Amino acid sequence: MVNWQDNLPDINSGKYAATVMFPTEQRMTGISANMPKVQEIINNLKELPGALLPILHGIQDELGFIPAECVPDIAKALNLSRAEVHGVISFYHYFRDTPPGKHTIHLCRAESCQAMGSKALEEHIKEKLGIDYHETTADGRFSLEPVYCLGLCACSPSMQIDDEVYGKVSADSFDAAINEAGATA
Amino acid sequence: MSVTVYIPCDSAAIGLGAERVAKAIASEAAKRNIEIDLIRNGSRGLYYLEPMVEVATDKGRVAYGPVQVSDVAGLFDAGFLTGGSHPQSLGVTDEIPYLKKQQRLTFARVGITDPISLDDYLARDGYRGLKNALSLSGADIVKHVTDSGLRGRGGAAFPTGIKWNTVLNTPSEQKYIVCNADEGDSGTYSDRMIMEGDPYVLIEGMTIAGIAVGASQGYIYLRCEYPHAHKALNAAIAKAYAAGYLGDNICGSGEKFDLEVRLGAGAYVCGEETSLIESLEGKRGLVRFKPPLPAIKGLFGEPTVINNVISLASVPIILDKGGEFYKNYGMGRSRGTLPIQLAGNLKNCGLIELAFGVTLRELLYDYGGGSATGKPIKAVQVGGPLGAYLPESQFDTPVDYEEFAKLWAVLGHGGVVAFDDTVDMADMARYSMEFCKIESCGKCTPCRIGSTRGMEVLEDIMQGRDLNKNVPLLRDLCNTLLNGSLCALGGMTSYPVLSALNHFPEDFGLSKQADAA
Repeated sequence: MVNWQDNLPDINSGKYAATVMFPTEQRMTGISANMPKVQEIINNLKELPGALLPILHGIQDELGFIPAECVPDIAKALNLSRAEVHGVISFYHYFRDTPPGKHTIHLCRAESCQAMGSKALEEHIKEKLGIDYHETTADGRFSLEPVYCLGLCACSPSMQIDDEVYGKVSADSFDAAINEAGATA
Repeated sequence: MSVTVYIPCDSAAIGLGAERVAKAIASEAAKRNIEIDLIRNGSRGLYYLEPMVEVATDKGRVAYGPVQVSDVAGLFDAGFLTGGSHPQSLGVTDEIPYLKKQQRLTFARVGITDPISLDDYLARDGYRGLKNALSLSGADIVKHVTDSGLRGRGGAAFPTGIKWNTVLNTPSEQKYIVCNADEGDSGTYSDRMIMEGDPYVLIEGMTIAGIAVGASQGYIYLRCEYPHAHKALNAAIAKAYAAGYLGDNICGSGEKFDLEVRLGAGAYVCGEETSLIESLEGKRGLVRFKPPLPAIKGLFGEPTVINNVISLASVPIILDKGGEFYKNYGMGRSRGTLPIQLAGNLKNCGLIELAFGVTLRELLYDYGGGSATGKPIKAVQVGGPLGAYLPESQFDTPVDYEEFAKLWAVLGHGGVVAFDDTVDMADMARYSMEFCKIESCGKCTPCRIGSTRGMEVLEDIMQGRDLNKNVPLLRDLCNTLLNGSLCALGGMTSYPVLSALNHFPEDFGLSKQADAA
């Protein structure tokens, strides 16, 4: 079967940088330097059965997000349409197509944490950082994302900053935690 | 001779400071020139006492907790390495009533062993179930599981033996074992504890399942919110391969079983089995129509056993001690034990594995110690975000699938989230609709549109607008969701919403009698 994409110009050739399917998102942002790395991830994982999620995780682990520029290469390697790949990226809350801040805070919004005052904590955090969910502080240090359960429900409210988990979070312990994270920034 | 000190590597214990305490104890010991053997165990599940430090003494393991870094020097001064007395002393760990009263079958090793040590696992009855399974036919293995009465612990409570039998009797070159480790329900963490605290028991359970039904490939679909579990599973799988417990020739039997962990990406709906399968295939997690059942046409179109972590982790003890042994625990049609997870506004949150039959009141007060805030407990949500809210008048209900069903409630995955009397149940109902809206896969209309409409109607109700019109509208909408949705996400969102409305009408601006619809 002929892949319809084969007849499209190569997205990385430069002359076709702002392209067909994602005209608004398709901006070259210095990602091209990472494209060999992305290609390596794709090549290493593409033979796995159901390879798309492992590839997307691999790219996000490497770059912190999945740039739109990667989509055609992924689609080509897996014999999928770009729309299918884009559909998967946008379906899953964890995958992001914009760069995150230096540190990502995942704050639990689920019932157990609500029972222990997470709403007040959420207000404190949004005010402290001056951002809402899915936003990044102007200085690029922190992104705030909601999460629906970290499985730390026996010590609610809970959050995660990068790879660190925190239980029984209070306004004070949140401030201390971001100071500590900020110090390593 | 060096003393063995245990400090959990469980992520909730780490969230409470276990990592810092471990470092502080190691450096304090070095400072005092004392040789200690520091073992990072799983959590015993007594989270109100975490970080809990244990020391091996001639009286057995003794515990101290909750320990913070500031307590460490004092613990050394008090001679905790020989079981010395200290304000944080908890005595012999096994004698702590919260733990002693439990019936730990699935969780027999969690908190005791080093999770990644295969020697620890083998020393404590590990791989005995597999050894028995290798001497049995597939049909006989399935019979043990059927006889045990084990029902799916993920929430749907479908008899595990029947599922396995269907896959066994569906001929195919390739079959799969899939472990649903997408534990997304708020208030639940038993899967996480098993994977972080005793990963081999899950690996063994899946291997037995593979041998039973003739499946040579297994996948653990793990939620990406569990990075600690991911590390533990991968480390244990690598060791199991190296020791011949996974791979082409399991324990020299000629049986083959490969196992791989795959990460989800933050979609709650992927805990639904058909959506999970789509996700494993690399697609959006859209729910599939059933039939065909996954047992007949599952992953990549092949017969697939798909079970929850706890279901699979209960298999080794069933194959070790026999289906009858497991069946002797429990009540009615709910056989065996259920790991119950206490969460939310309770003084003593933790994991309690008990035979079915214990009442909610015992769990909330005898174990949980009442609310953390000291205020009366107004409601508990059992079974995750799709579970009903139960008022105080229903606290004497025993933990049993059928008893809960009679109340139009569910046990689900065994999570119990308590709320004190400051909770606004109308707001919780609104949140349930919002959660459904955020997590809906979008395939079926009742769930996709109904959840948004449900939020809007509840916001109107909370503003006191047109209650005579809006309350019946909400009920009608819940009815549509319940009967018209493709899967439990849309269907069961009605449970928390309607139970909140029925049991707490005053929070919706209604008098107790006005809404006896």
